[in-house]
Amino acid sequence: MQIIILIHEKSIKERIACFHCGDICISAEVKLDDKAFCCEGCKMVYEIINKKGLCEYYDKEKSPGLSRKKKVREGKFDFLKDNTIADKLIHFKNETDSHVIFYLPQMHCNSCVWLLEQMHKVNAGIIHSQVNFLKKEIKVVFNHRKTNLSEVAEALTAVGYEPYISLNDVTSSKKGITYNKRKIYKIGVAGFCFGNIMMLSFPEYFSLGAPDESGYYKFFSYLNLLLALPVFFYSASEFFISSYKSLRQKILNIDAPIALAIVITFSRSVYEILSHTGAGYLDSMSGIVFFMLLGRYFQDITYDTLSFERDYTSYFPLGVSVINENGSESQIPVSKLKIGDRIKIHHGELIPADSILFLGKASIDYSFVTGESIPVEKTIGEIVYAGGKQTQGAIELEVIKEVAQSYLTQLWNNDSFKENADEKKKSFIHNLSTWFTYILFTIAIITGVYWWINNPSNVLNSITAILIVACPCALLLSATFTNGNILRYMGRSRLYFKNANAVERMSEADTIVFDKTGTITYQQEAKINYQGNKLTSEEEQHIKNLAQQSNHPLSKAIAMALPEVKKLPVFKYKEEKGRGVRAIINDNEIKLGSAIFIGVKDDLNETNGSRVWVSVNDVPKGCFYIENPYRKDLQQTIKALKNKYSLFLLSGDNESERNNLHKMFGDKVLLKFNQKPEDKLNFIKQLQSHNKKVIMFGDGLNDAGALKESYVGVSITDNMNNFTPACDAILNGESFGKIPAFLKYSKQSNKIVIGSFIVSILYNIVGLSFAVQGTLEPVIAAILMPVSSISIVLFTSGMAWFYSINLKNKKHGNNNFN
Amino acid sequence: MSAIFIMIGASLLVAVGFLIAFIWSVKSGQYEDDYTPSIRMLFDNTNNKTTKTNTK
Repeated sequence: MQIIILIHEKSIKERIACFHCGDICISAEVKLDDKAFCCEGCKMVYEIINKKGLCEYYDKEKSPGLSRKKKVREGKFDFLKDNTIADKLIHFKNETDSHVIFYLPQMHCNSCVWLLEQMHKVNAGIIHSQVNFLKKEIKVVFNHRKTNLSEVAEALTAVGYEPYISLNDVTSSKKGITYNKRKIYKIGVAGFCFGNIMMLSFPEYFSLGAPDESGYYKFFSYLNLLLALPVFFYSASEFFISSYKSLRQKILNIDAPIALAIVITFSRSVYEILSHTGAGYLDSMSGIVFFMLLGRYFQDITYDTLSFERDYTSYFPLGVSVINENGSESQIPVSKLKIGDRIKIHHGELIPADSILFLGKASIDYSFVTGESIPVEKTIGEIVYAGGKQTQGAIELEVIKEVAQSYLTQLWNNDSFKENADEKKKSFIHNLSTWFTYILFTIAIITGVYWWINNPSNVLNSITAILIVACPCALLLSATFTNGNILRYMGRSRLYFKNANAVERMSEADTIVFDKTGTITYQQEAKINYQGNKLTSEEEQHIKNLAQQSNHPLSKAIAMALPEVKKLPVFKYKEEKGRGVRAIINDNEIKLGSAIFIGVKDDLNETNGSRVWVSVNDVPKGCFYIENPYRKDLQQTIKALKNKYSLFLLSGDNESERNNLHKMFGDKVLLKFNQKPEDKLNFIKQLQSHNKKVIMFGDGLNDAGALKESYVGVSITDNMNNFTPACDAILNGESFGKIPAFLKYSKQSNKIVIGSFIVSILYNIVGLSFAVQGTLEPVIAAILMPVSSISIVLFTSGMAWFYSINLKNKKHGNNNFN
Repeated sequence: MSAIFIMIGASLLVAVGFLIAFIWSVKSGQYEDDYTPSIRMLFDNTNNKTTKTNTK
């Protein structure tokens, strides 16, 4: 949370920016080598970088560092000396080298990459370091005989990049990458075989059944068969596995008809080739496999920088200091905490388990859990809950509940976390394909019976031809490509979906629930600007003292924004409702309030915020401009949604904002305050038990339960580097005003799928008309298959693009959602 | 005309070579990070060699 005060436009330019981080230097005393720094922390980082001869860091970008005003506690990474923890983080180890990957959220520019890849100069034990900029990860190879993991983490911290190590790093598995690679191999193999089989089939297409000369025919057929083997046994394996699994549970899943088509095409082709009765349909088969795999890959886009699966373990620290019986401190993994352990929580650290305060003064920020940002004071003997952040010195606690059983983490033991969101609904493509399969079998049986009566030699021929030509792949292809496109266009407008199923669920929703803090308000503290004559530090002091007297939100905001001062006696304090406050401080009469109250003319246009004017001894000085905490597009968004969806607002805060919100949301919307995390979850549950399909918009960990329980959980963030709780989609706060457009687009996506399905039906009718007559030549199948696939891909891409224009051109505050 | 058998065999061999090259490039992680190398190549190699694509 940062409060930005721009005390006068001019004065900024006069002030000196910190050489390391670019922040304004408040005192000019922190200096080294003629370079000014904003704080000792920045100076220290510079010293290290300078000593190691890495000053090139500062040439690549101006002030590339990050502010180090918050000090990193010494010995913070001591827990990495523990071998059981270290071994979990190190993913490769031989006799001398260890490989580790750290997440560095501070990474932001080219200079960062350069410096981080020079880590071997900072710590001699580091052999090599490599950055993945998009993932904000660094891979460090170090010699564990010369250094250790904790020293590597400290070296990174010393140059300004403190690794983020959470409990999640050791509990989660990293299978994702290898799995993805296997998919690419399969596509590569299928594509290679498909291309070559097509090429080798050309002579056969052109001769169109002409008699074979000199054994070409046989040679090409056998070569085709050889090339088809890897497609059938390797690339197509996932269709077989998935349909086998579903058939064992007696469900006909989407892969079953494809698997059937592949098996029949392959076996008939093998038979034809070996018995020299034809060339088979291997080209069609490998084409189907190739296009299907490609479509699925296209649909499963991943956003490297985003994670949709975060639970509390991503937020919780990995290690915690435990005080042993003899008074010494040691670091143990959080997961090993037991009831009765005495732990020490340092300034700025998160409390990992519910505990009793044993020693020290606790001031705990629960914004993480409840959304309420004002710290709560606790005295010795009181219970502090997991998830709170200590904001004042170090405290000692006695653990009363294990990590997984604590108040906050219990949310994750709720049943809604056990079920997989994607199982909430089967895609309507599923139903369509099931119907398709039934109709197909009916046609096949009728045709079979017809030929049985008229010409029994044609039975097998025609039935297999039907199953070959009418595989539902065109339908599935249309769905995968439409979804892939929709996800991409939504992503471009900064709504990132976890998968396509979530888009379909969103299109069905009829109820929207908003969280308040951080969702419909900005996540940063309100920005405050001052315009007018420059205030002396004495005047600032007076204003702060006056503002502290009032409970009005605007005065509170001003008091928060001004620098810390000592308390002065305030005389003749008077608050005039709706106008302002006045008092005499140090014999000066200070007034703070509306333009009329001060006696000036407000000639500045009202934009998105409020102005508070200030006068000293009836001389107007200037005004504070306080930005509205609510998102700029909130009102239009609500207006656009109100008629189509039932809206609700759940807030963890108290009722102080009820009137304001009531104005914005209108009478029909139910506003609920003082909602605890599990209240939110239960509210969603209750709505859904009345057959409502709920979209939940939330942000913090306190919404995690509700996000998970809802039909579609959308997490909003203003800073994409921030962590978001587990959800189905992540929305960038800037695109808040596009919510109505997103909802509309999700509905249109279904239309596109149905449209392309109709196109694929037309192709199927043509193909089937050949097949039922028993005259399906391989060449027709070979032409029909790629033509239908390509035309469907073009159709869906075109439609998705066409509808997305609406999404892109949408200007803020201009909603034509009707 | 039997030259065509040899020709096709040769062309397949070339194609297999490309397939192997593709699989190798995926395996060595060249597609895992397609952004950082574009930054890295602009740095001057002032002193010793600092970066080289390295895999497990």
